[in-house]
Amino acid sequence: MDFSWFSEYHPQLWLAALTTVQLLLVSGSAGFVLAILVGFGRLSKQPFIAWFSLSYTNLIRGTPLLVQIYVLYYGLGSLFQDMPTLRDSILWPYLREGFWYVALALTLSVGGYLGEVLKSGLRAVPKGGLEAARALGMPRLLVIRRIWLPQTLYMLLPTLAGESVMLLKSTALASTVAVMDALGVANLIRNQTFLTYEPLLIIAGLYLLLAIAIEQLFKRLESRLPFRNAL
Amino acid sequence: MQWLNHAFEVVVLEWGLQLLQGALVTLQIAAGAFAIGMAIGVLVAMVKLSGPRPLIRLADLYTTLCRAIPELLLILLLYYAGSDLINFVLARFGQEPAEINGFFAAVVVLGIVQGAYAGEIIRGAIQAIPSGHIEAARAFGCRRTLILRRIILPEMLPYAIGGLSNLWLVLIKDSALISIVGYSELLFTTKQAAGSTREYLLFYLSVSALYLLITLLSNLLFSRIDHHIARWMPAH
Repeated sequence: MDFSWFSEYHPQLWLAALTTVQLLLVSGSAGFVLAILVGFGRLSKQPFIAWFSLSYTNLIRGTPLLVQIYVLYYGLGSLFQDMPTLRDSILWPYLREGFWYVALALTLSVGGYLGEVLKSGLRAVPKGGLEAARALGMPRLLVIRRIWLPQTLYMLLPTLAGESVMLLKSTALASTVAVMDALGVANLIRNQTFLTYEPLLIIAGLYLLLAIAIEQLFKRLESRLPFRNAL
Repeated sequence: MQWLNHAFEVVVLEWGLQLLQGALVTLQIAAGAFAIGMAIGVLVAMVKLSGPRPLIRLADLYTTLCRAIPELLLILLLYYAGSDLINFVLARFGQEPAEINGFFAAVVVLGIVQGAYAGEIIRGAIQAIPSGHIEAARAFGCRRTLILRRIILPEMLPYAIGGLSNLWLVLIKDSALISIVGYSELLFTTKQAAGSTREYLLFYLSVSALYLLITLLSNLLFSRIDHHIARWMPAH
């Protein structure tokens, strides 16, 4: 084991860790919003909306994330390249960057997976509370914001923790489209120093720490739940 | 219409056969890894439920690590570590370093990753078996292996099948990661096709459809299996 490269590369490592965390936060929060829409869409009484949400989750959950990233990055990216107006626009620097394609792919993916989870959570909320809120004349959005969603999220906290760790692991796919995230930098160091294991092991430790941090965060949230433990 | 014709010509006529072969390889990798994952899973579950303390620690470490570290990273690590290990053993016996069989490596690596998830699923399923059944078998003097084979494994299946079918779908999708280390399965073939025809969007969309077809058919198959396995379960 040779870790002499560490002092030379550690600024890059920090930057890469930051990129991974950015991907996690951007796609986590955007995906969460999308997932709420998908979750309600799955429960919708409008046949078209229900069908559309179902097809969306099936599509996202039925194809590999790596393929989705390729469709967006190589597929859409190659289309964008042929559009001169786009190439000259101020958006182009963003459209060239793998980061935003991966962020979009991860957002769509979170929307699909979490949407399905939220659907079952939303359905599991006791009806009485919702009916009471409606009977008191609460507008629909207020019922969702104050009663329905909070109860669902409390119930789903352990699942959300698991999904967040899944998302963290999915961000590693960014390295396949030349994003310098944690794994991307490990590959870079591997190519430059000809060391196989050391960079990968360091990065594995980093992912482990991040995963533990996520678990701890959710545990703390869970301990603050306004729920009475009947046992 | 012309575009459709062109798409059909490029995807189906020119590359159709290679893509189908790739899909077959993907299925083979997934099936092999599933078998290994199940074997590891049963082993891990039995250790966690009734093994000696140090082994339990080891099993906990294995499931925690494999579930917290990205699959892609694990695949890279295990792929290189595995080939180095085999070459090390070969060198010990005075043999030339061998070229690692990509298929075998892919199956083993994915199997090791899946074993961690399968272990947790199977442990939960075994714990759901009414303990009286196992005690009854023991009272009749069944040996441990017989209890495992005739009571525990068949009885845990209905509880585990949901989780295991999910695992199979994950495996189909994770097998796409193998293309990163350069073994020619479905996604790798697609990459070559897309690169040589410059029809990126077309090929990646086609391969999405192919993966979707595989997962949808798997769903259908698993609901059949579920129906068959759970036939004696008490109706709710």
